[in-house]
Formats: sequence, structure tokens, C-alpha cells
Amino acid sequence: MKRKMVTIDGNEAASYVAHKINEVIAIYPITPSSPMGEHSDEWSAKGQKNIWGTIPRVTEMQSEGGASGAVHGALQAGALTTTFTASQGLLLMIPNMYKIAGELTSTVFHVSARSLAAQALSIFGDHTDVMAVRNTGFALMASNSIQEVMDFALIAQAATLESRVPFLHFFDGFRTSHEIMKVEQLTLDDMRSMIDDELVMAHRKRALNPDNPFIRGTSQNPDVYFQGRETVNPYYIAAPGIVQKAMDKFAGIVGRHYHLFDYVGHPQAERVIILMGSGAETAQETVEYLAAKGEKVGALKVRLYRPFSIDHFISSLPKTTQSIAVLDRTKEVGASGEPLYLDVVNALAEKAAENALPFSSFPTVIGGRYGLSSKEFTPAMVKAVLDELSKDRPKNHFTIGIIDDVTHTSLEWDKSFSTASPDVVRGMFYGLGADGTVGANKNSIKIIGEETDNYAQGYFVYDSKKSGSMTISHLRFGKAPIHSTYLIERANFLACHQFVFLEKFDILEKAQEGGTFLLNSPYPENEVWDKLPRRVQEEIINKKLKFYVIDAYKVAKETGMGARINTIMQTAFFAISGVLPRDEAIAKIKGAIQKTYGKKGDKIVQMNFNAVDQALGHLHQIQVPEKATSTIDLIPPVPSNAPDFVRDVTATLIAMKGDELPVSKMPADGTFPSATTQWEKRNVALEVPVWDEDICIQCNKCAIVCPHAVIRPKVYDGKILENAPATFKSTKARGKDWPEGYMYSLQVAVEDCTGCELCVEVCPVTNKQDTSKKAINMAEQIPLRETESKNWEFFLNIPEYDRNKLRHDTVKDSQYLEPLFEFSGACPGCGETPYIKLATQLFGDRMVVANATGCSSIYGGNLPTTPWAKNKEGRGPAWSNSLFEDNAEFGLGFRLTIDKHQEQAREFLTALRNEVGAELTDAILNSNQREEPEIFEQRQRVEQLKDKLKKMNSPEAKNLLSLADYLVKKSVWIIGGDGWAYDIGYGGLDHVLASGRNVNILVLDTEVYSNTGGQMSKATPTGAVAKFAASGKPLYKKDLGMLAMAYGNVYVAQIAMGASDTQTVRAMLEAEKYDGPSILIAYSHCIAHGYNLKYGMDQQKLAVNSGIWPIYRYNPELIKEGKNPLHLDYKEPKIPVQDFMYNETRFKMVTKMNPSAAKKFVRLAQEHAEFNWKRYSHLAQMDYSFEVK
Amino acid sequence: MNLKTKYLGLDLKNPIVPSASPLSASVDTVKALEDHGAAAIVMYSLFEEQITHEMHELDAFLTQGTDSYSEAMSYFPEPDEFKNLEAEEYLDQIRLLKKTVDIPVIGSLNGVSKGGWMEYAKKIEEAGADALELNVYYIPTDPSQTAQTIEQLYLDDLKTVKQQVQIPIALKLSPYFNNLANVAQKLDQAGADGLVLFNRFYQPDIDLEKLDVTPGLELSTSYELRLPLRWLAILYGHVKASLAATSGVHTAEDVLKAMMVGADVAMMASALIKNGPEHVGKVLKDLTAWMEEHEYESIEQMKGSMSFKKVAEPAAFIRANYMKTLQSIY
Repeated sequence: MKRKMVTIDGNEAASYVAHKINEVIAIYPITPSSPMGEHSDEWSAKGQKNIWGTIPRVTEMQSEGGASGAVHGALQAGALTTTFTASQGLLLMIPNMYKIAGELTSTVFHVSARSLAAQALSIFGDHTDVMAVRNTGFALMASNSIQEVMDFALIAQAATLESRVPFLHFFDGFRTSHEIMKVEQLTLDDMRSMIDDELVMAHRKRALNPDNPFIRGTSQNPDVYFQGRETVNPYYIAAPGIVQKAMDKFAGIVGRHYHLFDYVGHPQAERVIILMGSGAETAQETVEYLAAKGEKVGALKVRLYRPFSIDHFISSLPKTTQSIAVLDRTKEVGASGEPLYLDVVNALAEKAAENALPFSSFPTVIGGRYGLSSKEFTPAMVKAVLDELSKDRPKNHFTIGIIDDVTHTSLEWDKSFSTASPDVVRGMFYGLGADGTVGANKNSIKIIGEETDNYAQGYFVYDSKKSGSMTISHLRFGKAPIHSTYLIERANFLACHQFVFLEKFDILEKAQEGGTFLLNSPYPENEVWDKLPRRVQEEIINKKLKFYVIDAYKVAKETGMGARINTIMQTAFFAISGVLPRDEAIAKIKGAIQKTYGKKGDKIVQMNFNAVDQALGHLHQIQVPEKATSTIDLIPPVPSNAPDFVRDVTATLIAMKGDELPVSKMPADGTFPSATTQWEKRNVALEVPVWDEDICIQCNKCAIVCPHAVIRPKVYDGKILENAPATFKSTKARGKDWPEGYMYSLQVAVEDCTGCELCVEVCPVTNKQDTSKKAINMAEQIPLRETESKNWEFFLNIPEYDRNKLRHDTVKDSQYLEPLFEFSGACPGCGETPYIKLATQLFGDRMVVANATGCSSIYGGNLPTTPWAKNKEGRGPAWSNSLFEDNAEFGLGFRLTIDKHQEQAREFLTALRNEVGAELTDAILNSNQREEPEIFEQRQRVEQLKDKLKKMNSPEAKNLLSLADYLVKKSVWIIGGDGWAYDIGYGGLDHVLASGRNVNILVLDTEVYSNTGGQMSKATPTGAVAKFAASGKPLYKKDLGMLAMAYGNVYVAQIAMGASDTQTVRAMLEAEKYDGPSILIAYSHCIAHGYNLKYGMDQQKLAVNSGIWPIYRYNPELIKEGKNPLHLDYKEPKIPVQDFMYNETRFKMVTKMNPSAAKKFVRLAQEHAEFNWKRYSHLAQMDYSFEVK
Repeated sequence: MNLKTKYLGLDLKNPIVPSASPLSASVDTVKALEDHGAAAIVMYSLFEEQITHEMHELDAFLTQGTDSYSEAMSYFPEPDEFKNLEAEEYLDQIRLLKKTVDIPVIGSLNGVSKGGWMEYAKKIEEAGADALELNVYYIPTDPSQTAQTIEQLYLDDLKTVKQQVQIPIALKLSPYFNNLANVAQKLDQAGADGLVLFNRFYQPDIDLEKLDVTPGLELSTSYELRLPLRWLAILYGHVKASLAATSGVHTAEDVLKAMMVGADVAMMASALIKNGPEHVGKVLKDLTAWMEEHEYESIEQMKGSMSFKKVAEPAAFIRANYMKTLQSIY
């Protein structure tokens, strides 16, 4: 039977099978495995059934620990159950995995293998996570390609049911989980044939059932635990044979025949490389290429890693094998070798001991590491490893793919070596996230993969920033199956969808001679050549590229496509690449448009059709001149005055050359300098705000809402203006409190601005002559770039106004405080960052931050540059990210140490009172430090103390010197999103709230898991669509504030800057001042809410005014005064919740799916808003005077 | 008492028809209106522009931020199909009303494109509407656009829709024409089955504090009926099309006046929004009482009796200022 060919990624392949052969699925989102859970949920929501005709039940849990617990329970209750995870998530499952295996329970976990957080977090692929569970008793099965993912998902399920050994089926994160490939889809009949219903019933029969009761999970003692452990041996001995049997059966049904170890290459190979995962595909491609040239090389692909079958392993190797290189995609620090290497050595040694080695002599074996965190692994690297095996004394414990100039582990590789076939179309596309390039390419792959007999592969590389992010698509098409699991190195088609990239990066570096270059150019075809940087001109000439241009933005504008040029560039690609005849290609593009957009309405389809038709008329081939004439050079990644580290290391990352950095350039312990975003001038905004000094009222609201700290006010002595650049704007400082002659300036960092327009929206001033204008207005960035950069530099050098003379509790004055969080990689218009920035303005110079993993840890800590900054005195927030789940505890740890250090410092100081001097000692010990000026004074005193201590030699004095800074109050901040605070970290958060310790918790509540793409959390409100709440969440949002208030001694505030910036500022100050746990729950609008974020603050106001988001402050200190601690900062809801909800797609899309459910949700939300008002106002009116009796 | 009337070729039991308003969004309300005597119901308006905008909005925001960042390829789950993208909810409401009530249901459509007028008129007909009211309006802001061009737009819209559907078509007009009577006549000749006088527009207000324009709509008062009264009186007898009075019909007296100047039906919305569906019953009761008291036998009897052609002093209809009424010389 001919099976359907589909072009899908690894996650879809795994979940497709898993959803068909399971009954219960419990998951938790984690990159890169999240899509598996999302697909399953979507399919179940759409009523898709498994092979037994029932819809699998999908449940999102609060953590991977929770998911594995639920899986364990579901299995014990007898359901076929699965889960999907990766990385830290898998680690959280370990305890249950031991249990599941110990109880011989059939299940398959599907894992998109990913790095573990060590010196840094990484979302990318390697086997570190999988290797960390190899002793749980789970069988480990590796898929190397998308086809194998689908096949092995089924084979593993068949094998687990028969063997009773649980399986972990893994494939490489991103390289396989996100690579799109044309594969043959297994049919339901294939699955039914592979899964034996008798075994399913046997599994069910082993379940807990009160009709046939038993107990499982006893507690055993020294007398029998050991024996109990050994009972499982027969099952593990049998497992490899059962897997092979399943593979054989699969071959009979489907045709593809796999083995526990599959050898490829020269039949009489002497040098063999052994590995598993996607790298094995590249190894296969390389050895087949070399073997065809007569080289006696081969590769052994490990399929079943645990239980490791020594017999199958040895018999899979050619008898001619002389030397072996074992490649591990993991690092086991301190071990005598990486795991697979040790297994191979052991297997050979055991067989040698039995005298059963089939080789002429004991082979030379070396082990090496490759590909950590999706590091590229190319044919050239495979060849380098094989070449190493030819040496007399090959290097053991090597690395390949990096330059290790510290312990010199790395092998060199010949970058010019390539296996690239001339029959394969290799296209690279440089685009922006927002321009739809990736979507268009995914579409192209589907067209070519599903509508022609070509094989097709797509892989996509993304930026580390969420604004103005660059994407690079790598597409391969050809008649033969594609095994190239590495990025394209020689592109015969290269497209640049953004002209500005040409000035920043060497875009044509990978273009192959004689290839085609397609450029989206805003310039007419007769002018474009002269606008190209010299380097680009030279490459076009030298590489003899065929050069085409199209003004895609013009076409997009004319056809109503906005900033999305996807369809237009896709049409241009098909028109000139020759992958398909032009007319056929156009027809297929239109077919794909109909498929993709049909459900969104005919208007959208027609708009795209029109864009296709218009594109062809705007595509032009450029006659390439013989000589390069341009005087335009590439813009250096950082300015020459940047610090050494930034010029040396950061600049290389910015220029996308990070792969070239040797080990010695990397900090050994993950420590990086603060304040590096200032050096990366990203110039992502097309338009930026421009200040009108004549009508500005100097309220500074624009500054407080700016997510990227690019719009800043300063008040300063007017004399400074003598040296100001000519275009620097200033006006007299308003208000009577400023000294005579003081001026006010509002300056925009145009090169750092993302153009979100929040500032313009929030500006309360209207120009009296022209009410379309405000005191800040958007204008084109490019004409302003040069002058405003100079103005910004001048502005930065104006001294800060004395902090002690400002009223920090006002919005206006708070904005004269220097922000120590700037130019983050957050989305344009981000709702979270204004809160973080404000906290750094108020407390930044004494702030320690524990940051939960999520958006805030990514825009806060993702390389190349990080936004946490420092002031002129060199002080600023000290920031760290531990994990997702432990953030509250991590921050509490800071507090424990700081308190301990302070206590110890006080003890030393008391002991040294005579030496230090009674007056200074007493002043320090008795200082209050409740208000900022007192802290300032204390800092001065501590400086005096340190000066004195430096002159003293006693051990006590030295100790005190190292602790003296702790005598100045430190501010501990625990920051994270709702996924952390409401779900995965709630247990810890609750414990920290109960600890009574002085920590400040800032919950950036976007009401979904934003960073992983909008999965439902317990903060998701009624009626909102989110992943795992595809038809709208029917339940209410968890009231975290109410739970926290229940403690009575916790400072709690729910805030929304857009509704009341004053309340936000006050709550932050009160929370920080409160000597105990404080929690601020901050409404944060988010791209996952689905609207133009320039209206973010307006939506916040509507959320509060409709009663959806009550704002209040609960200050336990008031109880001591006999006052009610709860103060409501909002009024009785006056506007219907619908006025808030239906401005956002997350709510509104329900009306386009299920109008009657939408009405019900609005009603529920309305009732809840009214109920909350009654409940809160009742609490706020309670009489607390009894407290002081 | 014979209150029967004929509107758009439909036989109505009385001349009271709730006009396009949010009242028709609730089946229960429409049922109540019928129970209290309403003779037909005009649906709330379907706005093509809004449908198109919402389609683009959905497409844009579901796509926003997708395929840009490794950890989040998308931010929303996407259903295999959407409902109510192209007015299904509106059409379902027509179907539901047709099932629930016996009185005629008249659709109401505001289009912006030729395709939109055609598409949605057809759909409304297919959903079972007994007639269709075209809620046509243009606020011309381009000074170079002539009156003729705008009038032509009305005619074109009407012709477009007439080609597509068989059900009777009424046009709801604004009073802002140089010569309304001429426009009405042209529309009549082009096949309009009814003319509805007049549309009430959102009128902009200025928020002085925010320096913002704030469009809004207040409920009408009986006084507003005077404008339709004049033009109904003038049009009566000059067009074959049925005539509907709307804007300012609140009481039985208002209904009587509308009938006397020549309207076939009197449409009300503000009065019903304010007083509830039972207001129809009260108006009908008052109407009957007045007619009995004044010894009228039927509505037909009074129709057009006070129109421009028939009143003793037609000049009163054209007097537009404080100038004294000039008595006829001959």
C-alpha cells in the first residue's frame, strides 16, 4: 500500500504516532519539546481518535515533576500513557522514572534531547539530558532523522508493551525536533499491526483496581531490597531481542529495516565512527561519500543505547575494523570518558576477555565530544575524526567542532571539504521574524515535498532577541533522500529579504559560485547596484552570481500585506530558482495559499493571490557590472570605544561569528560583564519618537512606560548646554522646586528604540494647534540616526540629578533616576520590562536579582548582550538565573546569605568598636536605612569604615572589610513570570512567602507561558484562548494575591502601570521598604494577547476599569496601627468587561470559533469582575481597630 | 379596527416595525416584540467593513510574532476552521428568527465593496430574510467628489444587489441630498421596493479635556420625526416604492402622523430600547383608541392624507424659515 508522504518536523512525527497509540498524555511545556504536547492537545481538541477509536485525554500539568507523577499514576491505573519533555524537564522526571521502571511499566517518553543548564542555560540540542537518565532503568532509543522519529515511536511502543521495560525515545532538539523533512507517514493499520492488543490488555490487567486489589510501592528493608532490585534482570536481558523482533516485524509491514546497531559505509571498513542521533546522518553521508571514493571507512549508528547489547554491537561492526572513534554529544565532566565511549570500550574489553572479538586485533578506540548545544557537525568534521583514526597515535578525549586552545582537545577540520551534491538545490534565506520569511519557506517545503517527487528539508535558525529578530532558513531539495543534518555551507540560491542585513553581515559568504542571489531592495533596479556595500558587489562579481531584485515592501503595501513579504518573496524564489516550471509553481503557491489561509476567509486568500500576481511584475534581473565601485563598508558590530571584552568576544557574537571563538575567550564559570546591550546598536525601528519640547509638560509618563529604556528625561544645570550638539533639545525645567537656570531634556536613543509607540500612546499632551500631534511623535529613524546618536551620547554625559533630592514616590521624579536595565531583547512594546526597569531606577544600586527562567531570563540574560546595567559609580543590579522551578528559593538563599553576612559584619564591627571609633561604629550599627537618604548616608559611613579597615591588619579587620558592604541595605528581588509563580514555582514561592524574610517578589503576569509560545497557566483568565485552552479557558484565573494575603504578614500589591503608574511606583516602594516578604503581581501585556501592543497601557486601564484586574495594596504594617491593611486602588467597575476583552485576539477569537461560548465567557468574566469588587471592597472595609486593643 | 398595511409587498398586520437596532440580536426580545404586536422586524445591520477588518485582524494577530523565535513558533493554537468569519452568526440569527417568529424578518446590510454587497445580500436572502434593507451611507470628505458621483454610488449599489436577489429591497437613506426627491425617484426607477427615511448617524462630539473626537449616538426624540415627515409628504405619490418613516417615532401620534404624510410603516427603535418590547402594545392600543375616537376605519384610509399633494396648505411643508406663510393668491 502506498503511504502518504508528508513534510513535517520531528516533534510532529513523534506526537503523530504517540497520539495514535496512547490513551492519556500528561505534559508540561519546555523547549524544544513543547510542540509535541501542543499537537496532541490540538488533535484531541479536534476530536482526533487513536487506533482504538477513542480520543486521548491530554492534560497540562504544573511542572514536569507533576507531569511524570500524573503519568506514573495513569500508568498504574492502566492507561497507555505518554509524555513529552526535554532537558531540565527530564531531570524533574527522574524520581518517577525510577519508579516506573522499577515497577516494570510499559510506556514511551518522547524526548527532544537538549542541553542542561550548567555554566549557562541553552535551549539547543545535545544528549546531556538523556545521558542523565541512563541509570533509571528506562530503555534509551535514538532516532536520527524525522522518518526514524516516526518509525521508532511505534517500534518503541511495541517493544515496551512486550518487554515491560519503559522506553525513552529521543531525537536531537531542534536539529531533528524542528527540522522539516519529507517522510512517509505510517498508517493506522501499520500501527494496529505493530501493537498487540493482547499486550495492551495485559498492561491494563496489571493496573490498580479495587475489584482485584493489591499493593505496589511497598517499603523494603535491607533483607530484601537488593534481591527485589535483581528481579528485573530477565526483562532487561530480553529487551534488546524484543526490540529487534519489533524492528523485524516493522520491516515486514513497512519495509524499512532497522537494527539495534546499523552499520553504513565500506563493507571492509578499517576506520569506523560510532555515534547516535542526527549526527549519524551526517556521518552516513560522509562515509558513503568517502567509501565511494574507495576509502575504507564506515559508521555505526546506535539505535538502542540502553539496554546495551554487547553481542549485537560487536556483530554489527565489520570484521575488518582496526580503529574506532566514538562520538558523544554530551560532556561528563570528570569521568574517564563519555558514556557511549565507555560502553564501547567495555564491550570490546569484555569480548576480548572472552576471546570472542571478531577482529584481527583489539581495535584502537578513541572517544570525543561533538555538537553540544546544537553546535554544527559537518562532513568536514566527520572526515577530521576519520583522518584522526589514521594517525599512529590518534588523540583521545578529543573535541570536534570547536577550537580548544586551553586544554587542546580539539581536532582541526578542513573547512573546504564538502559532500554537497550538484543535484541538490540548497537555498538560504535571510529574513526578519516579522516579515514572514520562515513561514513562506515552510510553505515552499510543503509544496515541493508534497506535490513533487523531490525530497525536501528545511531548517531554521533564529535570533536570540525577540525584537527585530533575524531568521535564516536553510532549504534543501533533491531527487535523493537527504541526510545533511547540518546548515548549508554552499548555497546555490541565496535570498536576502532585508536590505539592511547587507550592511551588517557578510550575507554572501555562503553563496556558491554561479548561484543565484535574490535581494529585496527598496531601491529601483537601476539604482540598487550603487547602494550595495563594496563587499557585496565584489562577491556578486567574483562568484558570478545571477542577481535579482524585487521591491517586496512596495508590493506588500500595494496589496495590503503590510510588513509581510512572505508570499511575495516565495513567488520570486519559485520564479527564478527553477525548482518547478514557473506556471506550475505559481499554481501550487496559490493552492498552498488556499490551504493555509482559506479558513481565515476569502479576503485573506485574495489578498495573497494578488501579492503573488503583483510580485512577478516587480522582479528584475540586474546586469552585473564588471567592477565593484561602492565605497560603502560593512558597519562594525560594536564601536571602537567599547570595553575589551565587548570588542573581543561580544562583537564576534554580534557579527554571527561566535563559532570561531576559541575556548580561552569564554569565561570559565559563566560570569559575564554587566551593561553590554549599550554596545549593540541594533537599529531595528523604522520610526522613532521625536520630542516636542515646546508643548511637553514634563510628566515623564513616556519614560516610565518605555520597555527598552530608550526615552529618558534629565534635569540639569543649563550651563552644561554650552557644549551641546546643535540639534540637542532642551527647555526650562517646569516646577518651582528646581534650582534657577535648570533645564529639562527628553532624549531618545534612536538606535536602541524598537519603535513600539507606547510612549506616544501614553503622552497626555495634545498640540493645541494640531490635535493629531502630541508632545512626542513618531518620525522616520534613518534621517535622525546620526544627529540623535550624538545627542544621546551628550545626554548620557550630563550628570544625574541628586537622587536624594528627588521624590521617589512620584512618577515624574522616579524617572529622573537612572534606569539600570536597558535595551533588552524583549519584544517591541513588552509589558514586563517597564516594571523591571522601574525597580532598577528605585533600587538598582543595591539590588540582587534572582530571575526565574522564562521571557525575563531570556531578554535579561541571553547572549550576545545583556541589559542589566550599572551606574557611574559602578553599582548596579547583580543578576542570576538558576532554574525555572526554584527561583523563589534561589532568591531566599540570597537573603539568607546577605542577612548572615550583615549579622557577621555587625559582630565584627562591634568587636572592633574601639579600633574603628565609637562614633562611626555606633552610627553604622544604629542606622535606620528605611529611606533612600539614610541608605546613602550609611554608604558614606561604610566607605569611611572601609578606608579605616584597609589600614588595619588584624584578621577581624580583614574579615570585616570583606563583609562591610553588607552593612548597607541590600534589596533582594525575585523576578519571574506567571508560569513560574502560579505553576511550577508556586510551592517554593509559597514557602518563601511563609518564611517571613525580607524579599521582594515581582510576578510579571502575562497570563500565559509567553516564552514558550502562549501555553495556558493558572493565571490565564476566563475566556482566553491559549495553547491547552484552545477553545478558551472555562475556569477562573487563580487569585494569587488573595492566597498571599491569607498569610496576613505578607505585603501584597496587584498593579497595572497603564491603569495607575502612581500606584505602581508606590507599591514598589512600599514593598521594598516592608521588612518581610512582599509580592507584586504586575499586569503585563504581551504579544501572546494578540493585538497591537502600542495599546498595551490602554488595555491595562480597561482591564482595571472593567474590574478584570483589581489593583490594590495590602500592607501588613497598617494592622499595627489598627488600620485595615487592604487599600483598593480601583473603583467599582464601570465599563463592561467586553470593552476590554474584545480588543484582544485571545478573547475575541472565541467569537470566531464558538460564538455562544464567547458569550458565556463574557458573562462569566463579568460576574467574576463584579464578584471580585464586592469581595475586595468588603475586605477593605473590615474594621481592624480590634488589633490594637 | 383595520390596521393592516403593505410594505415592500409584504402584508403587515399593522404599521409598527422595529427598525435596525441591537434589539434584534436577542431572539427573546424579538419574540416579545412579536407578542406585543410588532408587524415585522428589521435586523441589526451587517457591516461588511467590520467583517473584512476582523478577518484581517485575526490573520494579522494570529501571525504576529510567529516563526521569529526558537522557543515560540507561534502564540496561539489555531483551529482547523473558524466560524462566524463571514457573518455566519448574523445569518444564523436570521434563520433562528425565521424559525421562532411568524412576522417577516428584514435583513439590513451595509456594504463597502461591490463584491461585499453582492455576497452578503445573497447570503441574507439564502438565510431566509423576507426582505433586505440596504443601509447605504457615504460621508463624503473629498471636496472634489460631486453630488452626482455620490448619487450614482447609491444607484450602483442598488442595481448590484437587485441583480443578485429576488427578495424586495429597501434603501435606508440619509437626508443629505441636494434634491432628495430626485434621488428617490431615480432609485425608484432603478427598482427600489422601498425607501426608509431617514438613517440616523453617529455624530461626532468633542471631548474638550482630552481634545478627542468622540462619536456617539443618543436615543431619538419625537421631535426628530419632523424631518422624515416633511420628506415623506413630498415623496408621497411620486414613487412606486413603499415608504417607511424612521427616526423619532415614539408614540401612537407619531405613527399617525407618519401614516398621514404617506408612510406605509412607522419604524421605531429608541422608544423600544427605552421602554421595552411592551411599548409596541401600548402604541398599538393608543393608535386604535385614537382612530376609534376619530372614527377612522383603517390605516389605508389615512395614508397620504396629509401629504404635500393633498394638504390644504402645501407651502407649510416647504417653509423653511421665519418667513410668513404666503397665502395663495388664486
